[in-house]
Amino acid sequence: MKIYRVNMTEGKVTTEDVKQDYVALGGRGLTSQIIADEVDPTCNPIGAKNKLVIAPGLLSGTNAPSSGRLSVGTKSPLTGTIKESNAGGTAAQKLAKLNVKAIVVEGKPEDNKFYTMTVNKDGIKLEDVSDNLLGKGNYEVMEKVQEELGEDVCVMSIGQAGEYKLQSASIAVSDPEGRPTRHCGRGGTGAVMGSKGLKTIVIDDTDAPGVSIVDKDKFKKSARGLAKALLDHPVCGEGLPEYGTSILINILNESGGLPTKNFRTGRFEGADKISGETIADVIKERGGQTAHVCHPGCVMRCSQIYNDKDGNYLTGGFEYETVWGFGANSEIDDIDAIAMMDRICDDIGVDTIEMSTTIAVAMEAGIIEFGDAEGAIDLLKQIGEGTPLGRIIGNGTGFTGKAFGLTRVPVVKNQSIPAYDPRAVKGVAVTYATSTMGADHTAGYAVTANILGIGGDVDPLSKEGQVALSRDLQIATAAVDSTGLCVFAAFAILDNEVALPAVVDMLNAQYGIELVADDVTKLGESILKAERDFNVRAGFDNSDDRLPDFFLEEECSPHNVKFDITDEELDEVYNF
Amino acid sequence: MKVTVRLFATLKDFFPKNQKKVLVELEAGSTVNEVVEYFGIPQTTPLIIKVNGRSGSKSTVLKDGDRVGIFPPVGGG
Ligand code: SF4
Repeated sequence: MKIYRVNMTEGKVTTEDVKQDYVALGGRGLTSQIIADEVDPTCNPIGAKNKLVIAPGLLSGTNAPSSGRLSVGTKSPLTGTIKESNAGGTAAQKLAKLNVKAIVVEGKPEDNKFYTMTVNKDGIKLEDVSDNLLGKGNYEVMEKVQEELGEDVCVMSIGQAGEYKLQSASIAVSDPEGRPTRHCGRGGTGAVMGSKGLKTIVIDDTDAPGVSIVDKDKFKKSARGLAKALLDHPVCGEGLPEYGTSILINILNESGGLPTKNFRTGRFEGADKISGETIADVIKERGGQTAHVCHPGCVMRCSQIYNDKDGNYLTGGFEYETVWGFGANSEIDDIDAIAMMDRICDDIGVDTIEMSTTIAVAMEAGIIEFGDAEGAIDLLKQIGEGTPLGRIIGNGTGFTGKAFGLTRVPVVKNQSIPAYDPRAVKGVAVTYATSTMGADHTAGYAVTANILGIGGDVDPLSKEGQVALSRDLQIATAAVDSTGLCVFAAFAILDNEVALPAVVDMLNAQYGIELVADDVTKLGESILKAERDFNVRAGFDNSDDRLPDFFLEEECSPHNVKFDITDEELDEVYNF
Repeated sequence: MKVTVRLFATLKDFFPKNQKKVLVELEAGSTVNEVVEYFGIPQTTPLIIKVNGRSGSKSTVLKDGDRVGIFPPVGGG
């Protein structure tokens, strides 16, 4: 394995051996450690001193099920904290097969040009593409690259939002069909990529050496064990492939935790019209696809391909948070309009969660009315056009809230709060408040025990047990995010005692090491500590681990609950 | 007493076609299990039960006007 260092100031690429401290790290563990070791925490995130680190997970590129997740690390322009943004798509598997442990992009070109970075078995090359790709959206960029290099290459790219260095800009990663449906969405990683003068990263694994595995038989056996645990689990093996992640709309609505009208209430009148059940019906009717994979080898297959009324491809990888945000939270119940918004975000290259909460805040500001789907589509298009209003929206929820003088602005550390009301799902609220990433549900997905009855039962409305629940999940997730496994594998890991040992056995078999289950916890803890330490050095303290005032002051119906976990209790999360 | 019942995802097969919710008449003191039996959902089917938006179980005792939502195991995120 090797680490590539790409200096964009000089246009120079160097290859490094993996130092001993990094050998057992991958994915988030590695990106966060490199950022913590090498980046000045006080630097300007879109300046030359920040770095962008791209790393496949420890198991990526093998036939471990659902292990092709990619981590991109940086100092976030949105939050000012450390950031790991995780995406599917085919990049991680190809990088791992090329024996790339990480790519560290640093510096900043002085000529303001945009480049394509090509990674293949011979190394890394940079090419000026300012003339042919600049100003183009992700769909066109990926098509153009594939026309030239074939459909098998993976393309990572930024749309117009990344070129403008907007704080919600994402990095698109092509799915198996070569479309930009998977994104490092959260935290503005696309703005950092844009600031480095990178428009596209092309990964070609033709004649790649492949991943070496010390004990192949043992690995195979454990991989099968994990695949079985995933397929046997009713959510991983049945719910996700059949309905996709939007299956959550109805259960969150029923539980009174589906944020509606910019986090006013916990139930949405039109929930059924935007539910996973409805989406699956529409997809089938129009010849789309459920049980799609974001990368080959995923057995949970939560992804989908959504066609328009005429049966033509409209969008893919359409997810619960997106449907919730442009739907319930913006009071829009037109699923085709929501799918169109997803498509536009994927194309311009902006985070759908951040954009959907921003649209609701724009509605709050009176720029458009709640429920105005056409108006929302127009606002999103303006981001790509680079109008002044588009640039305000593209800088996210916090920025837009400030621009219009609002207080009902759902952000923590300036990153928007996703699809579970913090008052009615208190475990995940603790995660929003305390995560090193800003408000991020995936960082410690307490919705499991709060709502879904997975990994135990913790009453979502009571403050009892939420801090411990969130802490344990945040630690476990940091470790899972290092393996390259999809975070949804955690559903099986939490419920089936065979799953975690299978993961540990695979790591041992692949790397010839002797981890025990306890080491997984230790790894998670050390990652969180390194991330938190970076944030402290960047100027963050406990007072940043707080929710916006309105969640403490206003009740959320139907349960009429406020957020009542105290500051002192929140500060307990890092007692480990 | 009457309770409003919603069944979701795969459980929709046990529901009258195209109906979003059903008003079910039950004897006072009935539990969620009576609802499960009413719709003919096999006892072995794993279920997530919400009564008035709170976590419930088959033995939760119902009262007039309750809102019952029943799901197979679901997840995402
Ligand atoms: S479960 Fe979904 S998000 Fe996770 S790896 Fe599979 S297709 Fe991708």
